Amino acid sequence: MSPVIPILFALGLGLSGWLAARARADGFRRALPGSRLASLPQQHGWYVALWAAVPALLFAAVWAAISPDLVLAHVLADPAAAKLPAFGFQRETILAEARALADGTIKIGFNPLSKPLVAPYRAALGHFGTIGLAATILLGLAGGGFAFSRIRPDFAARGKVERAAMLGLLAASLVAIFTTFGILASLAFETLRFFNLVNPLDFLFGTNWSPDPMSAPTSGVEHNYGAVPLFWGTVYIGVVIAMIVAIPLGLMSAIYLTQYATPRVRKWMKPLLEILAGVPTVVYGYFAALTVAPLVRDAAQMIGISGASSESALAAGLVMGIMIIPLVSSMADDSIAAVPQAMRDGSLALGATKSETIRRVIVPAALPGIVAGIMLAVSRAIGETMIVVMAAGRTARLSLDPLDGMTTVTAQIVALLTSEGTPDHPATLSAYALGFVLFIVTLALNFVALRVVKRFREAYE
Amino acid sequence: MSEAVPSPAAPPARNAERIAARLKARHRAEARFRALGLGAVVLSALVLALLLFTMTSNGLGGFTRNELRFPIDLTTGVLNIQSAQIEGTDAVQALDTAALKDVVELSAEKALGEQASGELATTAWREVAQQIIADPTLLSRRFDVSVPVSDAMAKALRGEGDPQLGLLARKLKQEGKLHRALDIGFLTRSDATSPQQVGIWGALKGSILTMLVTLGVAFPVGVAAAVYLEEYAPKNRWTDLIEVSINNLAAVPSIIFGLLGLAVFLWIFPYYRSAPLIGGLTLALMTMPVIVISGRNAIKAVPPSIRDGALAIGASPIQVVFHHVLPLALPGILTGTIIGMARALGETAPLLMIGMRAFVATPPGSFTEPATALPVQIYLWSDEIDRGFVERTSAAIIVLLIFLLVMNGLAIYLRNRFEKTW
Repeated sequence: MSPVIPILFALGLGLSGWLAARARADGFRRALPGSRLASLPQQHGWYVALWAAVPALLFAAVWAAISPDLVLAHVLADPAAAKLPAFGFQRETILAEARALADGTIKIGFNPLSKPLVAPYRAALGHFGTIGLAATILLGLAGGGFAFSRIRPDFAARGKVERAAMLGLLAASLVAIFTTFGILASLAFETLRFFNLVNPLDFLFGTNWSPDPMSAPTSGVEHNYGAVPLFWGTVYIGVVIAMIVAIPLGLMSAIYLTQYATPRVRKWMKPLLEILAGVPTVVYGYFAALTVAPLVRDAAQMIGISGASSESALAAGLVMGIMIIPLVSSMADDSIAAVPQAMRDGSLALGATKSETIRRVIVPAALPGIVAGIMLAVSRAIGETMIVVMAAGRTARLSLDPLDGMTTVTAQIVALLTSEGTPDHPATLSAYALGFVLFIVTLALNFVALRVVKRFREAYE
Repeated sequence: MSEAVPSPAAPPARNAERIAARLKARHRAEARFRALGLGAVVLSALVLALLLFTMTSNGLGGFTRNELRFPIDLTTGVLNIQSAQIEGTDAVQALDTAALKDVVELSAEKALGEQASGELATTAWREVAQQIIADPTLLSRRFDVSVPVSDAMAKALRGEGDPQLGLLARKLKQEGKLHRALDIGFLTRSDATSPQQVGIWGALKGSILTMLVTLGVAFPVGVAAAVYLEEYAPKNRWTDLIEVSINNLAAVPSIIFGLLGLAVFLWIFPYYRSAPLIGGLTLALMTMPVIVISGRNAIKAVPPSIRDGALAIGASPIQVVFHHVLPLALPGILTGTIIGMARALGETAPLLMIGMRAFVATPPGSFTEPATALPVQIYLWSDEIDRGFVERTSAAIIVLLIFLLVMNGLAIYLRNRFEKTW
C-alpha cells in the first residue's frame, strides 16, 4: 500500500475534526445567547484538528519507514524464502522483483525464484498495510475524541492552538539546521569509512585517480585514489577558463547597463541577461556537448592542432563562464549602485571622462562587492555538475592544455555513484569524500564572500 | 605635479594643441570603453540567442517523425473480429489475436513493395489498432494509415547507415509515400529505446509529481521558518545559527543535496529508490532556503503600522501574523516560491544521485513508483548514440524551457500585479 493513503486518512480525520468541533462550539454559542466563549469556534476546530491529525501523521510517517522491514522479515520467515541465495546482489534482485510483482508495479517477473515469494509478499504487504492504516485511523480517532471531549464553552482553545502553532513555526526553522547537520553527518560518516580504507594524505595529495568500482574492494586502494587531478580539473575549468569568460563579460555588462545604457535598453537587457542564469544546467551541458565542443574542436583543427577531441575542458569552461555571467554582473551591478553619487559627481566635476570615473573611482570603490560576486561565482562554478559531466569528459588528467578532456570533482561524484559499485566499495565511498571536500570549499568561499560584502556595506552607511 | 602645470615659457597655441590632442585621445578611450561595455552585453545576448536558436532549430524536428502512408482495406473481412470486441479494455489484445499486425504488414507490402514494408516500426500496428479502437467504423472501410518507419530507415533518410535503404527512402519520399508528420504522440508517450517511438509524457509526469512533493514540503516549511525568524525569533545564538545555516544552504551545490538524499532518505526509505517522493524531498531541502529568504524579505516589507494596528485592537501575535501580515506578504512569497520551484524543475544532479535515471517506460502512477524527470530524461537521451535522439533531446529541452518561461512569467506578473508601496 502506498504510504500516501494513511497520510490522506490522517488529513481527512483532521478536517472532519475541525468541522465537528467548530459546529459544536457554534452550538455552545447558540445555546448560551449573549455569553462569550473563551475562544472562537474555529479555534476549537483547530484544537481538535491538530489532535486528530498530528499524532496520526507522525505515526504514518514512521510506519512508512519501518513497515518495509517488517514485511521483509515476514516474507523471509516463509518457507518459500529458504531457496534464496544467501546474500548479495542476486538475492536483492529477486526480493525486489517479488515485491514489485506483489504490489503490481510490474506484471511479469523474469526470475523463477521470485514467483513463489509473490504470494507471501502480497499477504505480508496487505497484513502490515492494514495494521498501519488501522493504527493511523485509531490514533486519529483517539486524539480527536480526546480533544473533542475537552471542548467546553470556557475551554481556552486559543492559547493551546497558538502554542502549537508557535512550536510548528520553530520546528520549521529548525529544518535548516537539521539539513545542514544531515549533510555534514552523512558526508562525514561515509568519508570516515573511506579514510579507513585509504589514507587521507594519499587522497588529498596523490596524483593518480583511477578508481574501479568493479574491482575487488581491497585492490589498489592506496594509489588509485589520488584526487589532485580532479581538484586541478575543477580549478582549471571552473576557476581559470570560466572566469576568463565570465569576469570581463559580466563586469563590462554591469558597467554598461548601470552607467551608459538608457533606461529603456536597461529595462530590456537586464532581464535578458538574467535568463542566462535561469536556463537549466542540463541544457547548458547539452549545448556544450552538441554545439560548442565541435566548434572548439574544428577551430583547433583549423589552426593546426591535431588530435583535439570532442570532449574538452575548454568547451565546458566556456559554457560555464556564460552561465556565470549574470551572477557576476548582478553582484557588480548592486555594488556599483551602492557607490555614493557624490563620489561620481566629484570625479566628473574635476573633468574626468565617464570611463575614467568608472575605472578610477567607481570600480575601486565597488571592488569589495565585485570580488565577493566573483567568489560566489567561483563557488557556483566548482559546484556545477551537469555541464562538466556532459562536456568535459571522464579522464582524470593533470594537464595545462585546455583542449584535453578533464574531469572534475562533481563529474566524478556522478560517475562513481551512478556506476554499479556496491555501497561499501571504496570507489563509492570516495564520492562522499569528494563531496565533503566540495562542501567545505564552497562553504568557505561563500562565507568569505558574505563577510566581504558585509564589511563593504558598512563603509558607506 | 610639474608636468601638469604648463610651463610659462611655452607658447599658448602649442599648449592648446597639446590639450586638444590629449582630450581627443581621452575621448577615444571613452568611446572604446563604452564600445567594450556594449560589446559585452551584445555578446552575452548573442550567446543566449545562439543557444535558443540551436535548440529550436534542432528541436522543431523532434516534434515530427518520418511516417509511411499506405491504404488498408478491412472491408474484405480479413480481420476476423466483431466490433463488440474492440470496446472492452483488452481491445488491443483482441486485435492482436485477430492478426492485425499481419494485415498491416500485408497492406504495406501491397502499397509500398516488399522491401519497404520491412521498414515499418515495430509498434506500427499498435498505432493502427489505436485508430481502430477510436473509430470502430474503420472496420468496414478502406482507409489510409500513416505509421512511423523503423529507426534504420529514419537513419538512412538522414544519409547515415545503409545507402541502399537511403535510396529506397528517397524514392518513397518522391512518390509521397514517405513524409514527415507532426508527432503529437511525442507529448503523450514515454521513454523507449528507439528515437522514432520515444515521448516525454513519462518524464513530464515524473517531474510534475516530484514538483508537487517539493512544493508540498518546501512551501509550508519555508514560509513557517520565514515567519518565525522575521516575527518571533529572539535574537540569540540559536537564531543566529539558524540564519547562518539557511544562508549557507542557499549556496551549497545541488549535487551535495543529492548526496544527502542518497545517504539519508534512501537509508530511511530503501524501497522508494528513484521515486518522485524521494526526489521531491531532496529538492525541497534545496528549495526551502530560497523560499525562506524571499519570504523574509516580503514579510519585512509589510509596514509595522499594520502589526501595531492589529495588536492595538487585541489580536494575539499569532493572529497578527496569520490574519494580517501573511496575506499582505503572500504575493512576494509566491514570487520567491515560483522562482525556487523553477530552479528545482531544471535541476538534474540531485535526481541522478537518488537514482531517477533508470529507464522508465511507463509513466509513474503514484509518488512511490519509479520515475524519471524531464531534465534527467534530457540527460539520458543526450547520451544516446543514435543521431535520431538529437532532435528528440532538443524538443524535450524546448518543452522544459517553455515550462520555465511560463513559471518565470508568472512570477514577474505576480510581482507587477501586487507590487505595493505603503
